[in-house]
Amino acid sequence: MNIIVCIKQVPDTADVKINPETNTLVREGVQSIINPFDMYAIEEAVRLKEKWGGKTTAVTMGPPQAENALREAISMGIDEAVLVSDRAFAGSDTLATSYTLAAAVKKLGEFSLILCGKQASDGDTAQVGPGISTHLDIPQVTYVKKIESLKDGVAVVERMTEEGYDIVETPLPCLLTVVKEINEPRIPSLKGKMRAKSAKIQLFSAQMLDCEQERLGLKGSPTQVVKIFSPERRKGGALYQGPAEESVAKIVDVIKSLLP
Amino acid sequence: MSLIISKEQCVGCTLCVKACPFGALFMDNKKAVVRAEQCTLCGACVEACKFQAITLKREKSAAADTESKGVWVFCEQKRGVVQSVAFELLGKGRELADKLGCELCGVVLGHDIETRAIDIIHRGADTVYVVDHPHLKNFADDAYTQILVRLIKKYKPEVVLCGATSIGRSLISRVAVKIHTGLTADCTGLDIDPHKKILLQTRPAFGGNIMATIITPNHRPQMATVRHKVMKEAARDSSRNGQIIKEVFEKDIYASRTKILDIIEEISSTVNIAEADIIVSGGRGMKGPENFKILEELAAALNGAVGSSRAAVDAGWIPYSHQVGQTGKTVCPGIYIACGISGQIQHLVGMQSSKTIIAINNDPSAPIFQIASYGIVGDLFEVVPLLTKTLAAKLKK
Repeated sequence: MNIIVCIKQVPDTADVKINPETNTLVREGVQSIINPFDMYAIEEAVRLKEKWGGKTTAVTMGPPQAENALREAISMGIDEAVLVSDRAFAGSDTLATSYTLAAAVKKLGEFSLILCGKQASDGDTAQVGPGISTHLDIPQVTYVKKIESLKDGVAVVERMTEEGYDIVETPLPCLLTVVKEINEPRIPSLKGKMRAKSAKIQLFSAQMLDCEQERLGLKGSPTQVVKIFSPERRKGGALYQGPAEESVAKIVDVIKSLLP
Repeated sequence: MSLIISKEQCVGCTLCVKACPFGALFMDNKKAVVRAEQCTLCGACVEACKFQAITLKREKSAAADTESKGVWVFCEQKRGVVQSVAFELLGKGRELADKLGCELCGVVLGHDIETRAIDIIHRGADTVYVVDHPHLKNFADDAYTQILVRLIKKYKPEVVLCGATSIGRSLISRVAVKIHTGLTADCTGLDIDPHKKILLQTRPAFGGNIMATIITPNHRPQMATVRHKVMKEAARDSSRNGQIIKEVFEKDIYASRTKILDIIEEISSTVNIAEADIIVSGGRGMKGPENFKILEELAAALNGAVGSSRAAVDAGWIPYSHQVGQTGKTVCPGIYIACGISGQIQHLVGMQSSKTIIAINNDPSAPIFQIASYGIVGDLFEVVPLLTKTLAAKLKK
C-alpha cells in the first residue's frame, strides 16, 4: 500500500512574538517546524505501513529550506520525500497550492491513501487537503480521529463532529485529514535521524509537473491579500488579589451584569 | 508578477523590513532588498512604505463576471434543524446584500426539510433554494458538493458564505475548487468595498498575531467561511415573506462514494464547547481528573460548558473534545472562565476572541492575566466552589 503524506513547514507560532514598538511579527530566531497537525498524519502513515507494508512518501511545497521538514519526516520513519519548489509557485493561495500538490501526487503514481493534517497552524484554512482530493477526484473524509479498518479497498474511519463522531466508510484511494486524537507522534530514533541526514530528497519543479502553468503561483490564485495589520491587542483588566470572598463578590457582580 | 523596489525612491527607513511577515526583506547598502525565495508577494511592505518605493506588479487578469448577482448563505442542517451558524451568516449576509443592492438567498440541502425554509426567510432571506432527497438527510461530501456546484453555476451568485464548521469546511473547499474561485477561511470581518463593490474578507493568521484583508477580485462567486459565534444572529421576523424554490436533479447526483455507517453523539456531561455561550476551562492547575467536578458544577450553575487546556488533555484528565487552543478548538463565548490555566500562546489563540475573559490563578504573574478582562489571584479550589455557591444563590433570586 502506497501512502502519501502532504506536509507544510510553518513558523513555530508558539514562538511568534510581537515587537511592541512596531507591532509587527519578530521573525528573527523563529524556528521553522512541521505543522503540528501534519505530525499526526506522518505518524499514522508510518503506523499503517508498519502494519500493512508498502511505501510512505512525504510531499511538501515550499521554499528550498522546507527540505528540513522532509528530513524530519524521514527521521520519523517516512521512506521517501519530495520537495515541490519553484519560484513559479510563489504567492500561491489554497487553490493554486492544492492544484500544485495534486499535480505532484499524480507524478508519484499509484497510491491508496493521502494523509494530511486537518489544517496548518499558520494559515488555519483547512482548505488544501479537500482541495487536493477535489483536483484528483477522489473521495475524502476530514477530521479523522481513528482509522477503524483498512481492507479490500475500503477504509472505515471515525470523523470528529461538533457533537461527537460519525463512522464513515470510503473506498480507496481516498484522502483523509487527521486530528490530534488519532495518535501520538513518535520521537525520531537515532537510526531514523541518521537515515534522514543522508536521504535523497527528490525535487519537483514547475516544469516537471504535468500542469497548466497559468494555474500556478500568484497567477493561479484567485484571492489576493490587500492589507496586513496587527489586531488590537487585548489588555488585562482588573486584578483582584484580596480575600477570596471579596474577589468572588466582585466577579459575581460582573457575571450577573453579563447574563441576559 | 514580482515585487519591485525602486532604488531611487527608497530612503533606507527600514519600515518595510519591519512590516514583512515573512522576513523576506533586508537592508543592503542602506537600500531595501527582497529575498525572492522568501517573499510570498503578500504586499505588506507596499502598504508600509511611505515613499511609494515598492510596487507589486501584477499581470492583468480577466475581469470578473459582471452577470453574478446575489449573496448566498449555505444553511447547514443537522437532524432536520437549520443550525444557528446559518442564522448568524444570514445576519451578515443581509447587510452585505443591502450594500450591494441585491437579493439574499439561503440554500438548504436535506430530507423533509422544505418546511424549514420559512425559518431562513424569517431570518432575512429573500429566496431559499431547497434540495430535498433522502440521500441528503446527513452530510455527504460528494452529493452536497455536486449539488451546490450545480446551483452556483445555474444562478451565479456574487458572494457565497458558509459556516466554518466541520461540515462547512469540508464541503465549501471542494465547491470552491470545482468552481475555480477564491475561498477565504474563518473570516472575522466581512464588508463591501464601496467603490469596487467587492467583498473585503478580513481574517486572522499566524494564530491571531496578524490580521489580513483578502479579496477575490476576478473570480465569482467570492466565497468565505465564518466561524460559529463570530457574527451576530439575525433577528427573527415572522412577518417576512419570501420565495421558496425547490430544485430537483437527476438521480446520479445524489450518490456519494463515502457512506455514513453511524452517527455517534457523545452525551458528555456538558454541552459542546463550540456552541456554548459560557465556558469554564481548567488547566494544569486542576491537579487531577477528579477535580474537574468543581468546574462542571460552576458550568452547570451558568448553563455553560467545560473546556480545558492542552496540558489537562495530555495528562488524560479530560477528553480531547474539550480542548481549547491551537491544536484543539477555537471558541469565542460571551464569558470564558480560565481556572488554573497559565495562558500559553497556544491556548490563548483558541480563546482570546471571547467577549469577557475571567482568569483564576494562584500566580499573579501568569500570562493569562495580561489578557483577562478580570482576574482573581487565589487558590482555585477555594475560589471556584465559592463562586458556584454565590452565583447559584444570586441567580435563583
